[in-house]
Amino acid sequence: MPIVVKNLTHIYMPGTPFQSVALQDVNWTIEDGEFWGLIGHTGSGKSTLIQHLNGLLKPTSGEVIIDGVNINERGVNLREIRQKVGLVFQYPEHQLFEETVEKDVAFGPKNMDLPEEEIGRRVREALELVGLNYSEIKDRSPFELSGGQMRRVAIAGVLAMKPKVLILDEPTVGLDPRGRDEILREIVRLRERQNITVILVSHSMEDIAKLVDKIAVMHRGRMVDSGTPREIFRNYEGLSSIGLDIPQITHLMLRLKHQGKDVSTEVLTVEEAEAEILRAARRKGRA
Amino acid sequence: MAAEILAESVYYQYSQAKDLALKDINLRIQKGEFVAIIGPNGSGKSTLAKLFNGLFIPAKGSVRVDGLDTRDRENIWKIRQKAGMVFQNPDNQIVATVVEEDVAFGPENLGVPPEEIKKRVYEALKIVELTDFDQKAPHLLSGGQKQRVAIAGVIAMKPDYIILDEPTAMLDPVGRREVINTVKRLNREEGKTIVLITHFMEEAVQADRVIVMNRGRVVMEGTPREIFSRVEELKEIGLDVPQVTELAHRLKGRGLEVRGDILTIDEMVECLCPLL
Repeated sequence: MPIVVKNLTHIYMPGTPFQSVALQDVNWTIEDGEFWGLIGHTGSGKSTLIQHLNGLLKPTSGEVIIDGVNINERGVNLREIRQKVGLVFQYPEHQLFEETVEKDVAFGPKNMDLPEEEIGRRVREALELVGLNYSEIKDRSPFELSGGQMRRVAIAGVLAMKPKVLILDEPTVGLDPRGRDEILREIVRLRERQNITVILVSHSMEDIAKLVDKIAVMHRGRMVDSGTPREIFRNYEGLSSIGLDIPQITHLMLRLKHQGKDVSTEVLTVEEAEAEILRAARRKGRA
Repeated sequence: MAAEILAESVYYQYSQAKDLALKDINLRIQKGEFVAIIGPNGSGKSTLAKLFNGLFIPAKGSVRVDGLDTRDRENIWKIRQKAGMVFQNPDNQIVATVVEEDVAFGPENLGVPPEEIKKRVYEALKIVELTDFDQKAPHLLSGGQKQRVAIAGVIAMKPDYIILDEPTAMLDPVGRREVINTVKRLNREEGKTIVLITHFMEEAVQADRVIVMNRGRVVMEGTPREIFSRVEELKEIGLDVPQVTELAHRLKGRGLEVRGDILTIDEMVECLCPLL
């Protein structure tokens, strides 16, 4: 189910004194099974862009084509699109509302008019996918769980609709390092098991570097760059000029290179840096 | 009179909870210090912060701010004026529709005369570098700017201690940098004592002293260098270390001559250059 964004422009409150261009001529192709990171300064248009991918916002001009269908054409069933393209907002736990975890996760599939057994099966499966023990947690109130658990219940609610594409808007913000690692691990596992397409919006370049296949960079409503993490993070000057960082470890390698050291700067994780520095030290007979 | 926050054998328990939230806490925060408190969710960091200015009262033990015991109700207003708090969500802390009025809210409630309030508001906004924003509506500001307005509101009360409970958790990297630079300036230039609770290790690294909490107890205490060189122990309780610190630790493990207490890129570059 590829998604093609073509010449997408979105203007908020057009024709009023408050008119503002949120997206300008964005082109983006997301193939099946890809794992994308979407980065950009606050206000760069990331959230506006992802809300177009399941029809929550309509383009001012341009198209969003999912599985060959322009989703903004008359007669397109947007409810179906929203089941296929699951969107997890920031702080999704604020949207929990039911008395029990089970009921909360079942809310989406219930609206899909599925048979009872199928709903039950999906709820169980979704909770287990996010690393929660179904029988232990199903009857508890979502509001007495820890922050990390609440967030996973909220994500399970989207997974229970069996989306083909999962979009997560800053899923780890506000969590402690362990909570963050757990959520990210679940996302990776989910992709391996369900082979779904994932789009991750994040401010953490370290997380992005570790996880995704491709990165799209937004700045002032335009998609200014896209490519593999190595390609994107190579452009340190360009990224910092639009207020973005690169992973600390990549920055270190760039600094060593500037000092005239013979090291690769295409390093994205601590493990890779370790190997690269050991290699360089060996060449000098220091290790 | 002692110029410090002193916690002695403090225990705390939430009314519905079966476990203690804090167990036998003994801490001294001296005037002028910049202390960071780190620890996983549920380790008791925020609870401890709320004990420091009398929002919570210890179940056992005592907390004294400049010698004033928080258990004594008569002291509470004096203590809250001495120790101001900034919370995680800037939107929950802003009360007025104009920045200037928001910052004035605290001193107005203290009964400060109008002329003095004006002066304090101006000075507070100057410290957080928002003097040009005094007539703006807070909801139109960025997250980092809003949080700085919240900090200005606290500064206008002229506290000696400023306790910040994850002030950057909801901000983007730019906002985070703005707030941390403000916090550092408050400490270095204005001489305010800072207690910063955070999940971001790059922020904790900038403090004079780091306190690590786990399951209601203080489990480590020391300079950032001492604390972050204990990579394994920190990971054990679910905390991070900066990427360069972890790299140094790994390289040292592989027999390279690298210090184990590296905290910044600059230090790592300096340390690696002779080897490469």
